[in-house]
Amino acid sequence: MSFLEVSNLQVSFPTEDGIVHAVDGVSFSVERGKVLAVVGESGSGKSVTSQAVMGLLNRKATKISGSVVLDGQDLLAMDDKDVRKLRGGKMAMIFQDPLSSLHPYYRISKQLVEAVRVHQNVSTSDARKQAIAMLDQVGIPAPERRIDDYPHQLSGGMRQRVMIAMALLNNPSLLIADEPTTALDVTVQAQIIELIQHIQQVSDAAIIFITHDLGVVAEIAHDVLVMYAGRIVEYAPVETLYGQPQMPYTLGLMASIPRLDRDPDVRLDPIPGNPPSLINLPSGCSFNPRCTFSDQVLDGRCSVDLPDLLPAGEGHLVRCHLPIDTRKAISVQTLAALNGSVL
Amino acid sequence: MTTPLLQVEDLKMHFPVKSRGLFRRVVGQVRAVDGITLHINSGETLGLVGESGCGKSTAGRSIMRLLSPTGGKVILDGVDITNLSRREMVPHRRTAQMIFQDPYSALNPRHTVGSIIGAPFIVQKVKPVGGVRKEVQELMARVGLNPEHYNRYPNEFSGGQRQRIGIARALALKPKLIVCDEPVSALDVSIQAQVINLLQDLQQDFGLAYLFVAHDLSVVRQISHRISVMYLGHIMETASRDVLYSAPQHPYTHALMSAVPVPNPQLAGKRERIMLQGDLPSPINPPKGCVFNTRCFAAQERCRVEVPELIEVTPGHQVACHFPITESLGTTLITGPDPGLTEQPDNAPDSPNAAATNAVFEAGAEPWAQRQS
Repeated sequence: MSFLEVSNLQVSFPTEDGIVHAVDGVSFSVERGKVLAVVGESGSGKSVTSQAVMGLLNRKATKISGSVVLDGQDLLAMDDKDVRKLRGGKMAMIFQDPLSSLHPYYRISKQLVEAVRVHQNVSTSDARKQAIAMLDQVGIPAPERRIDDYPHQLSGGMRQRVMIAMALLNNPSLLIADEPTTALDVTVQAQIIELIQHIQQVSDAAIIFITHDLGVVAEIAHDVLVMYAGRIVEYAPVETLYGQPQMPYTLGLMASIPRLDRDPDVRLDPIPGNPPSLINLPSGCSFNPRCTFSDQVLDGRCSVDLPDLLPAGEGHLVRCHLPIDTRKAISVQTLAALNGSVL
Repeated sequence: MTTPLLQVEDLKMHFPVKSRGLFRRVVGQVRAVDGITLHINSGETLGLVGESGCGKSTAGRSIMRLLSPTGGKVILDGVDITNLSRREMVPHRRTAQMIFQDPYSALNPRHTVGSIIGAPFIVQKVKPVGGVRKEVQELMARVGLNPEHYNRYPNEFSGGQRQRIGIARALALKPKLIVCDEPVSALDVSIQAQVINLLQDLQQDFGLAYLFVAHDLSVVRQISHRISVMYLGHIMETASRDVLYSAPQHPYTHALMSAVPVPNPQLAGKRERIMLQGDLPSPINPPKGCVFNTRCFAAQERCRVEVPELIEVTPGHQVACHFPITESLGTTLITGPDPGLTEQPDNAPDSPNAAATNAVFEAGAEPWAQRQS
């Protein structure tokens, strides 16, 4: 059994317009010391998945089923109170926007000391020492002075470092980072990615890294999970995902992003159409209205049956009706076209 | 050389910082844009890149005269528009239009798409042949919207479609220049490519020039013919696309370039990465000398005293640095000339540096070696 094992996770929200199936049958596992990247566009269910794992969804307003087993304990079967004891301790989270995740009225010292003392039976001055040491570790200069700042006195990158310090205070064994670098500039993003890699090496935590940026994924992940409209469409080790992606959506993403190692005179090849509404999903494969290969599947199955997530190689799962040989051929073709333009 | 469509000379945009209290005395200046010089030829895209707070958006807005510049000159299509009043500016708005970053707040939620795209005709008192409605529907079709959606409201459209509405509105008066302020950064990756391709097609069809303001170096490279890099209100480096991305000379450009993640796990950790220390200094109290000296890995004593001028190092390549880097640092992914890429894209015929770039590449030598001589 893996350190974190999520199986058949389903999350839906009833709304005025209908039921939103935000996450539909998501299963994955993460080992300690590994980084799993979850990639997807807005509305793909990547953030809701992480919130469900952290127990952050309101159980009264949301329908959650499946299981989330962390180190042998099923978090979905536990009381909210017991989950709260784990949160911030054994498992911690870094959010996208550090300004709205830190309390603007309290000094950083107060917020960090509280985080320590909720989970550890230590004096305030000891907790403060721990907090200062952690700020130092995440690269905040003069931590003994900066700890008494208010969040607004820090830059965006510094605030994100404070958030990371707060998440690490109790030495979590599961760390979820939800778009931790999206709000940051590239040079600061590079610093934060380096910091997270360092943490992964020294702390042996299992890390789930949620992002929409395939460039960041290539830098940091061991395994990658691609989500589309609430479902996993492809799950593979990072080299496989970039070397032999098989789901047409993943291929579409690869072909549509501008990148520094590509010939800029070759036009981008965008995925046609728009992402579907989660209230009114297309029947069959959710991607079929935008898929350029669905006409190669007999009987128009793509718009009727939802394909299963099936093995397609070592550690590689793909949700697609296309025969595996066709998928491999398409993959080779698309990547060759891409690589032909790679400098 | 033909006169450029847009010429910006030593443009400054300072915002006063006022004290609290009764008199609101001016106690300082935010030097958001502090003397930038650039030009755009017709039919060409100039990318303006930089990190948040570098003044790139303020530059775009001052060029559009949505702000009144503190100093310098903006010459649009031969007319000095720097000090025109709002009213005097109106006829010149036909020459230059703007597309905004956030397609949600850029469209009035109470107006239909038809009246949003048709508004420029009313404001400018232009009567298109065949009527406003027909013209608007043609524009909608041109940008990939269904013309039957003429009477719908913005909330019925997705982010990508809204950006198309903003593009159609900017196109309505057949401008020569469109200032695009981060037009794709609020969009999902699969939609970004659609909008980039649309902007490129429109440029071809209508001979548009773009000032493309963005923070994403990969996106800017895809769409621009030439690129200027900004930092703290100053232009650090301007060069044609291929030169900037293969042989940048400013230390800041190197640092930016090396920080861009590339979707290739085999490259991860293998590229030289220049980590910038510290944070962006405050534009209220910018560093003396070169504004980048506090974070620069190549800074020397002179950089702390003397402001470097933006100097032409080769035709079309300007660098504002006392100690430009002329050898490869391994920060770029494209280090030498590629046999398949020796030709300059012919879609930038007016680019004054096209010939120069070709010369460097065709020589077959490494571009940076050429530059040293």
